[in-house]
Amino acid sequence: MTDRLLVLNPAAFNWGMITPVLPELILLAVGVVLVALDLFAPRQRQLLPWMTVLGVSAVLLMNLGMSVPPEAGIMLLNDGYTAFFCTLCLGSVILTALMREMYSEQMQAHHGEFYSLMVFSAVGMMVMIASVDLMTIFLGLELMALPLYVLIGMHKKEFRTSEAAAKYFLMGVFASALLLFGMSLLFGLSGSTNLAEIGTYIKSHSLASNPALVTALALLVAGLCFKVAVVPFHMWTPDVYEGAPTVLTAFMSAGPKAAGFAVFGRIMLTVFPELEPNWGPVLVMLAVLTMAVGNIVALVQNSLKRMLAYSAIAHAGYALLGIAAGTASGMAAAMSYLFIYLFMNMGAFAILIIFSRGQEEHESIHCCQGMAAKHPVLALCMLIFMFSLTGIPPTGGFTGKFYLFQSALAAGYTVPVIMAVLLSAVSAFFYLRIIRLMYMGAPEGQVTINSPTVGILVVLGVAVAGTILLGVAPGALFDWAQRAMLP
Amino acid sequence: MFIPIYFWYSAFVIVLCGLLAISLRNPVHSVLAVLVLFFHMAGLYLLLQAEFLAAVQIIVYAGAILVLYLFVLFLVNLKEELKVSAFVPGVWLGRGIAAGLFVLLLWALPSFTAGMKGSWPSAAVTQAGHTKALGAELFTQYLLPFEIAGTILLVALIGGLVLAARVGQADRTEKTARSAGQETTPQPREEQS
Repeated sequence: MTDRLLVLNPAAFNWGMITPVLPELILLAVGVVLVALDLFAPRQRQLLPWMTVLGVSAVLLMNLGMSVPPEAGIMLLNDGYTAFFCTLCLGSVILTALMREMYSEQMQAHHGEFYSLMVFSAVGMMVMIASVDLMTIFLGLELMALPLYVLIGMHKKEFRTSEAAAKYFLMGVFASALLLFGMSLLFGLSGSTNLAEIGTYIKSHSLASNPALVTALALLVAGLCFKVAVVPFHMWTPDVYEGAPTVLTAFMSAGPKAAGFAVFGRIMLTVFPELEPNWGPVLVMLAVLTMAVGNIVALVQNSLKRMLAYSAIAHAGYALLGIAAGTASGMAAAMSYLFIYLFMNMGAFAILIIFSRGQEEHESIHCCQGMAAKHPVLALCMLIFMFSLTGIPPTGGFTGKFYLFQSALAAGYTVPVIMAVLLSAVSAFFYLRIIRLMYMGAPEGQVTINSPTVGILVVLGVAVAGTILLGVAPGALFDWAQRAMLP
Repeated sequence: MFIPIYFWYSAFVIVLCGLLAISLRNPVHSVLAVLVLFFHMAGLYLLLQAEFLAAVQIIVYAGAILVLYLFVLFLVNLKEELKVSAFVPGVWLGRGIAAGLFVLLLWALPSFTAGMKGSWPSAAVTQAGHTKALGAELFTQYLLPFEIAGTILLVALIGGLVLAARVGQADRTEKTARSAGQETTPQPREEQS
């Protein structure tokens, strides 16, 4: 017993434990530097977005280059899966930081803390993506969510944002409680918090038909569905996405959602492969339901922002279809789809930020009426994003959906795939309505937009390039996702 | 004989106080209900021979955090209740879901079987002393979660400051323009979960 208690001196400490978390530590340092810079050099505030972009890019490159051999009992794992999802989430942070300047100029709201809080949230995302332990998964989730609550509530001008923050906070806490309940049942049943150990324990003790384990599974699925906004756990999403500042909506529908899916996939495929007949059909049903609600309710929205919020719900349904297939190729398809979605979604929100004029946010669908005549390039970009979100061939949205449906068919879900294709056709109605308004509507009154900043132009360029390239040559992305799913 | 009675008493009081805390109208009464709840939680920890956790529960939660809540309540002095539209349509839907969850757990929990034993059986914990064992584990094997929890607190601190500063600024600018008294906005509090 004494030898165990004597390990508290630094020489006996296992410093190898630090190596896998180096990217997280550096990102944390970037966040702290951003806080300090905002506090002590308020005149240099225009440097903050560029510092964020630089720091996060450095961490992104470092994460791609890292490969640490897994040790027993390690809590954060640096495998291909981690690298893929970290690239996705850090990419969303970079794009959001670039868009933010334009938005804050329009809204007359300069908050330096925005960048540091976003970076802290990114640290949480990296932790939860890399986690192979229930404890770090939960802590990572909280670290990701807490800055988001603050970021939404930061703009006190509108009542809407405060309501959104309160709603998101309450729902987030509720989901965390469900998740924690499921996790504690799982820990009690298996005696371990390590995902792989729990998986082997369930297999070796044939717990698969134990009602307590099924309940743990149900609670975990419910908690995770709240986090990634799957119907019927989506009630908070439209209000929060509409009430939050537009840049933040773009961020939330890409980064944190992808991190949620990373945890979802990791838990389902490592812990519960034995229970696949239990959760597979349920998740497929939820996925179809999510697509139906997202796409059909989006039909009647008159606010562009709210329409994009419902479209975000629908796209979560598509990604869930990949996880529900329960196979490695299904997960790879979901991962590729989330990656493509990052580009098209960020692009659409960038256009929305440019189109909304002045202090008042113009979010009505009619704000883009007749835009093609005045701003042909912006209208063309929007056309590409809308085509991609619908899933029309030369764009990334098509290849992503194609690959997803293919893997779901391979898993034997024929009827749900037919439903999903039909619902994609439904979504064409409201996505293409915007294109029709842009190209065929007469300009309504004075159509002026603020001149876009460099940052937002970069975002638009990246988003257009990503959407088109992944539509024409998606092979590299699919290969990468496939390789990430290999053990 | 004594231990099951003690457990059931504590469990009953915890559930009762939890229900009281969310159903009482007066926030001060709610906080007091939570205080009683925390004391009984500490009692349950004692039952598990986790005397350090019990002490921390009383000192930190009952002693520090709840007193802080009471201070906030007294300082803010909420005269009128804040009304926010319900997130879930109809109370009975929520109650139905809660009842469903309860039945699900009642159905499932009897088949619960305990998993593997960890590396600290209760005899080892008693021999080494609970505090020492906890410290050794916390700062070696569970160092990473411990540090992540520290980061969460840092973020909560920064977030609290940001929100508070924003309220101050908004008050100063709107002091002249404010005519109707509906400016009170709900404050997202940092969570303790």
